[in-house]
Amino acid sequence: MKRFAKLTRRAPSGLLDYHRRWPLRLVMVATLIFLYAPVVALMAFSFNDSKRNIVWHGFTLKYYEKLFANTELMQAFANSLTIAFFSTLISVLLGTLAAIALWRFKFPGQRLYEGVMAMPIVIPEICMGIAMMAFMARTGWPQDLIWPLNLGAIMIAHVAFSFPFAAIVIRARLESFNRQLADAARDLGASEFHVFRDILFPHLSPALLAGGLLAFTLSLDDFVITFFTSGPNSVTFPVKIYSMVRFSVTPEVNAASTILIAMTIGLTAIGLRLHYRSQFQETAK
Amino acid sequence: MENWRKSPIVFMFTLLPPALWLTAFFVLPLSLLWLFSFGEKSGITGIDITWTLANYARALEPLYLGIFLKSLWIAGATALICLIIGLPVALAISFASTRTRPWLLLLIILPFWTNLLIRTYALIATLRGNGHVNSVLGWLWKIFGAQFTPLEILYTDGAVVTGLVYVHLPFMVLPVYAALDRIDRSLIEASLDLGAGHVRTFFTIIAPLAMPGIVSGVIITFIPAFGAYLTPDLLGGPDSQMIANVIDRQFKAANDWPFGAALSFILLYAAFFGLAMRGLIGRRAVMGRAP
Amino acid sequence: MMQNQSDPIIRLQGLCKSFGDMRAVDAVSLEIQRGEFFALVGPSGCGKTTLLRMLAGFETPDAGQILIDGRNMTNVAANKRPINMVFQSYAVFPHMNVAENIAYGLKIAGLARDEIQSRVEEALTLVKLAGQQLKKPDQLSGGQRQRVALARALVMRPQVLLLDEPLSALDAKLREAMQLELVHLQKTVGITFLIVTHDQSEALSMADRIAVMQDGAVRQVAGPKALYETPNCRFVADFIGKINLFEAMAAPAGKPGRIRISSILFGDQELDGNARGSVTLAVRPEKIHISHHRAAQDGLISIAGMIMDISYFGGYSNIFIDIGTGHPLMASITNFHPDGANAFSRGDPIWCSWRDTDTLLLTD
Repeated sequence: MKRFAKLTRRAPSGLLDYHRRWPLRLVMVATLIFLYAPVVALMAFSFNDSKRNIVWHGFTLKYYEKLFANTELMQAFANSLTIAFFSTLISVLLGTLAAIALWRFKFPGQRLYEGVMAMPIVIPEICMGIAMMAFMARTGWPQDLIWPLNLGAIMIAHVAFSFPFAAIVIRARLESFNRQLADAARDLGASEFHVFRDILFPHLSPALLAGGLLAFTLSLDDFVITFFTSGPNSVTFPVKIYSMVRFSVTPEVNAASTILIAMTIGLTAIGLRLHYRSQFQETAK
Repeated sequence: MENWRKSPIVFMFTLLPPALWLTAFFVLPLSLLWLFSFGEKSGITGIDITWTLANYARALEPLYLGIFLKSLWIAGATALICLIIGLPVALAISFASTRTRPWLLLLIILPFWTNLLIRTYALIATLRGNGHVNSVLGWLWKIFGAQFTPLEILYTDGAVVTGLVYVHLPFMVLPVYAALDRIDRSLIEASLDLGAGHVRTFFTIIAPLAMPGIVSGVIITFIPAFGAYLTPDLLGGPDSQMIANVIDRQFKAANDWPFGAALSFILLYAAFFGLAMRGLIGRRAVMGRAP
Repeated sequence: MMQNQSDPIIRLQGLCKSFGDMRAVDAVSLEIQRGEFFALVGPSGCGKTTLLRMLAGFETPDAGQILIDGRNMTNVAANKRPINMVFQSYAVFPHMNVAENIAYGLKIAGLARDEIQSRVEEALTLVKLAGQQLKKPDQLSGGQRQRVALARALVMRPQVLLLDEPLSALDAKLREAMQLELVHLQKTVGITFLIVTHDQSEALSMADRIAVMQDGAVRQVAGPKALYETPNCRFVADFIGKINLFEAMAAPAGKPGRIRISSILFGDQELDGNARGSVTLAVRPEKIHISHHRAAQDGLISIAGMIMDISYFGGYSNIFIDIGTGHPLMASITNFHPDGANAFSRGDPIWCSWRDTDTLLLTD
């Protein structure tokens, strides 16, 4: 092993430099290839000028054009965005309230509340989807509402499983809040409202954004729960892709997927940057 | 922490809306489903809550028991393979330099952020008859001048396991990495100093100390795999049905909601059981570092 | 009711506060005069911070009353009291610049913009931060942030300014400078300052009057000199400054009002007093004179011993002397007097002496 390290002419391999040892490195690289190759291939082939998707024929954007011309798919995309937008707003709102309640107050049944809030995160998605579907059917949820109200059922379901995630992110940020700042504000005459608006909210804002982005991507990406709560008039993007995949594997699906991946990764990158920037600012004090 | 009585208005304002939402749109639907599991079909769409246990009993019939077992074995295989791959990866990351570490973690987690559907679909393109794997193999075979018949990978149990591993690998890597990170490096150095080789050090020092993380990783890989719907649906053949697919059928084609509800709750209890195990083991690990 | 200007600005009556089983504040009654620099000292856990927070309005007392300028404010919310506080961590709002921080309370009070601006400038000059209006807190040093916190509280023109361990986060040199500045500031502004600290030397140097607390109760309230020279109990004697303590027994001595104090070191002595049982004799280190020869004078206590250790502090030294009781005597001597510490070294046999009247008799 040591000779191998010398061959690569780097600093001598320390005893614990496991990451330098070639078996581990091999596994690492192989795993990364395994994880990324199928998706990268999918994205690459969205530009492939061939219906069959295997051999490269030439670069083209025509499948993207077809995608944008596909009104059903565009409608589904619009639906997904709308649902994500509204469910994010409500999720961040509810998540903030819940996080503040748990962080600030001591009350009977606190553990129970925390437990129930954690449940949407851990329970198998199909159970939640089915429960929502049964609930909608049983309570006679109106089926023929106009847009965007017909997306209401899906929005409600999305809020139910994403606001606990937002609450976790916001709660973590609350833990780093110096309570003396709130005391100081109150000492200077601030009311509850003033303290929240002038002191707590500015501290929370990176977490609100991060939580919001989290909720947005969760909603945008969700399939199982949406599948069970959507109807023929309220199809979302992933659900539409699902039906396209069942029927035929065309490069349009690749194009649509590529766009969705780009959106998700872009939003996640922004969220991460915000999170790390606020962390950095905390430690720099 | 303030006592809630100090500022009751603020308390109610922050507690009630989320609590009401959870109750109305989470607890209530699940409770309804639970009630259904004790019901019987009456007519085409009606359900009578007769508090019968027939649905649960039916779940134990050989047919459905078989599907449970199949789901168990697929989820188990998934967890095992995730462990075999994930452990070396976590090791490599935890011993990487502090500069590269966050990037490696990000690389492992990033696929998790892409849509499940898209990832599964990407696997279809890879595994099918004229997919990537087969075309690469075919090209290799051609080089050696041999006849190549495409492998039937898709629509088998193997494809389902592959798909599940593909999706759940980060769930294994993260907790194992977290546990490895917490290990005091000087323990490893001591072992090496006393003459043990790397492999032996791994099995006698590193693995036992990282065990809570490993167990955690296995459980949080196993549970979602057990309740997976999309992956077996898209990648599996007619005999690769898992429990979630059966549940789905009860609510669609078979129109037997009470039975579907019962199956759902069995799945739920299994998930909770797994989580409880994880909590117990975690707590014992924290407390049980006794002499 | 007309408020007499000689009435105390703060009157605490029988304040009690418990946290679970723990009695943090135990029936404390205190009066603080207008324009005073008052200090609350005690070891950690003695209840001083809880008392401060009750005064500020961040804790409600379980029993007792708080009167501020004659008005009962026991149940008035913190944001409505004419009191402002400088927090231990300064609590300067990180997302606002210096001017916005200082102006915050004024804005809430609804003052006009010009008024706010002039008051902010006035406050900045007062704390010597003129020109730093636009700086953000993370661009300031710890000491500067403290001045911002001071300015922010003072600009509200409170009747009392509370300071919670204001100097604990500063390094030694800065701490000394700030001690003088705070006293100067208080005299300039003229309002009552109440400072809480665990550092007794800080309290001694800054305050007009000091309350020493132990286990939730006030043991003694007095000026620094009185506290140092005539502590009323063993705890206060030991807590304030350094002191040498000796065990003794007190018994009646025949005549009423006279007692006999018996101790290993000093034999028997007769004093006026009423103490009974075990008592403590004490003497401050700087009152002890050491010499190679025995001093023979009336009214002087002399003890023989051997120098165990000398701790050198530049201008003075602490000399630890073995006097045969198992517990060394500590004397504090200046180094540059002809009889100063430079004349002695470890192992020297010497005589320690001090005036009889410098011995303190302490009960409990």
